[in-house]
Amino acid sequence: MIEGINYLSLLIIPLFILFTIWYGTFKKVRVYDSFVAGAKEGPGIILSIFPYLLTIFIVIKGFQASGAFDALRNGFYQLFSFAGIPIEVVSMAIIKPLSGSASTALFTDIVKTTGPESVATKMTAVIMGSAETTFYVLAVYLGTVGIKKTRYLVPVCLTADFIGIVVAVAVVRWLL
Amino acid sequence: MNAVWLILFSVSIVFAICTGNLEAFTKSIFEGAKSAVEVSLFLLGIVSVWMGITRILEDSGLIYRIAHLFKPVISRLFRNIPGDHPSISAITLNVLANLFGLGNAATPLGIKAMQELDTLNEHKGEITFEMMIFIVLNTASIQLIPFSVIGILASYNAANPAGVVLPVLIATVISAVTALLILFGFRKVLK
Repeated sequence: MIEGINYLSLLIIPLFILFTIWYGTFKKVRVYDSFVAGAKEGPGIILSIFPYLLTIFIVIKGFQASGAFDALRNGFYQLFSFAGIPIEVVSMAIIKPLSGSASTALFTDIVKTTGPESVATKMTAVIMGSAETTFYVLAVYLGTVGIKKTRYLVPVCLTADFIGIVVAVAVVRWLL
Repeated sequence: MNAVWLILFSVSIVFAICTGNLEAFTKSIFEGAKSAVEVSLFLLGIVSVWMGITRILEDSGLIYRIAHLFKPVISRLFRNIPGDHPSISAITLNVLANLFGLGNAATPLGIKAMQELDTLNEHKGEITFEMMIFIVLNTASIQLIPFSVIGILASYNAANPAGVVLPVLIATVISAVTALLILFGFRKVLK
């Protein structure tokens, strides 16, 4: 079942491209020139995103390297210790919104050290699957169109992230 | 974003001074800069490819057909997007790419969607409610099958790596709906 869906998701992009270029040709579009004209927009977009990415990335790396991340994690761990949440889950909850590559590395480490069947693995697996790298998404999408006034977007995203993690922990308690 | 950035950076620097992690902190700034360049270079290639493909979709008119097809669904959520606006098809393609876990395609299509949404923006530089809905949908991770998580679990010999699919799906749906409710709640309270 999973293999089937995996294969389908591999098939979807090639089929989509094939359909697009043939539909274009059928509609008398010179697909080669059209593609080149579109691709020309790429560098401009990246140039406008780059400063936003840089600004977010340095602060996140600095946050991890300064020891502030560890302190925050320990603080949260103390705060939620009554709920019996493993410390790995607290780490993941903080790192997932900040960095995609760091959360993947952390998850791999959790599976390796606590074993593939541990509660920590199960909870962090669900967080990995159901949460997104919020700050990366914000930097890229806001940077694309140069949004400076974000109104109440950031508080909404952070509240949603927090609730998402609570939901993930609750679902694992309930199902696994 | 300003407040978040200011607080994160200040706290980090104060911590680095207090804990003596100054060298690591300074190094991490350059590491962050380096990964911003790496990610941007990666995005440069992949975004250009998808911009090329979406240009064919535009020139052939297919993108407007997709917009028309999904208009009833999308306009339920995004109330202020007119008729066959190309942002509808960009949003649709981004959502579909996210559902199938095609992250490499989802980001460029999302960028396209943001640009299209910005054409409807009367106050450039200020976010519109439609953009907020779109970004919240994207930060809520609406992936159907978490392939990378299953892959890591399988490589460490988990008994049933695909067992996470159902809990992830339930958690995703609940948190995506909650995220949207929070967004609409914020608008109602602040109005």
